[in-house]
Amino acid sequence: MLRAEGLRHSFGAVRALDDVSFSVQPGQTLAVFGPNGAGKTTLLKVLAGLIQPQRGRAQVDGGRRAIGWIGHQPQLYGQLTVRENLRFWASLYNVPESEFLLRKDSLLVRLGLQDHEHRRVSELSRGLVQRAAIARALIHDPRVLLLDEPFTGLDRMAAEELRELLSEDAAEGRASVLVTHNVDEGAALSTHIAFMRAGRFAHFAPRAGRGPEQVGEDYRNAIA
Amino acid sequence: MRSPKLLRHAWAVASKDLLVEFRSRTAILSAAVFVVLVLVVFNFGRDPTAISNVDLAPSILWVTFTFAAILALNRAFQLELENQALDGLLLAPIERSSIYLGKLIANLVFVAGVELIGLPLFALFFNVPVLPYLLPLIALIALATVGFVAVGTLFSAMTVRTRFAELLLPVLLLPFMIPPLSWAVLATGRLFAGRPLSEIAGWLNMLAVYDIVFVTLALLLFPATVNE
Repeated sequence: MLRAEGLRHSFGAVRALDDVSFSVQPGQTLAVFGPNGAGKTTLLKVLAGLIQPQRGRAQVDGGRRAIGWIGHQPQLYGQLTVRENLRFWASLYNVPESEFLLRKDSLLVRLGLQDHEHRRVSELSRGLVQRAAIARALIHDPRVLLLDEPFTGLDRMAAEELRELLSEDAAEGRASVLVTHNVDEGAALSTHIAFMRAGRFAHFAPRAGRGPEQVGEDYRNAIA
Repeated sequence: MRSPKLLRHAWAVASKDLLVEFRSRTAILSAAVFVVLVLVVFNFGRDPTAISNVDLAPSILWVTFTFAAILALNRAFQLELENQALDGLLLAPIERSSIYLGKLIANLVFVAGVELIGLPLFALFFNVPVLPYLLPLIALIALATVGFVAVGTLFSAMTVRTRFAELLLPVLLLPFMIPPLSWAVLATGRLFAGRPLSEIAGWLNMLAVYDIVFVTLALLLFPATVNE
């Protein structure tokens, strides 16, 4: 479903990705942990096709149509309502009108946004904006989800709802790659774990029943 | 199949931009105020006995339209940086040239709106006979506007991620605007002087060629300008 082979990329003298290879199958969630500057966001951008790697290749079955992106920036227009934003992004993904209406209603209910559909994004709280961003990322029913620090700005309840939503989606066969520096939030969601340092995977393995505390300890040992 | 999709995506981008502008009215208001102020300043800051209105008016008209358009062009991609929406556009499974085309359409509508406000004010302040030549004047304005908005939209995309985008855009754009601007000024002067339309046909043709060349070039170059 998603494959990365020998990815290398540098920004000037800084090597952001250094021979990174892995694959993620349907229903799997890879959580990539690493400190700031480890290359996590660059990895996601390469997977999304926003950056062409200098060496290696990344392949997502279904191409860009199959990718959904949730970042710490919502990629929404503040002057447009939640509905108008969703309609705009759905139109770029060629989602038919009938399917758009069904998916929009379902997502708004799942994300607790049904009372905010006609409000401008600029009028929403940070937590509601992030929920709307999640709806935007899922409006075209992507088979692969790329998540860049998705819990930033979410309150506890919203973070818990996002975790539930991602777990349900994984159970339905969606593959995800989640990058974060917060081990506690990412570990519980993942089926596979990678620790990233200076553009390299210092560790890549199935989570295999490890809880957040064990993953945190393994992370400190690997990155130290 | 390719063209309808390209046009549909372009229209989605353009209508989104116009709706955002309609809601905020930031750029249209600042451009309209700018047009009024420039025309007022030129109206009072000239000696009417030194140069006749008909000789001076074409230059003033085009200088006003040019700088008002630059205000609009600066904003074209700025709104995509809000919340990193540009990354979303680049990630979407659409041809990147459709983003350019959408921005071009929105900028043209926007600049046309500013020109619609500016032209009557210009006729009022400078007492030039616009009505007898309205159709050829509109054709001239449309052809010149398409040319410099096409180039300006491309440069707006190139400069948006730079630190001095608002300064860099006019510095890059103005040299490319010299040909259409000079042809437009010369043709407008002939119109206001009551010369026959056949005298401006050559400039209209050159403006049309400029439009075709630069719209085509911009469509081809745009994908490379937005890559990280």
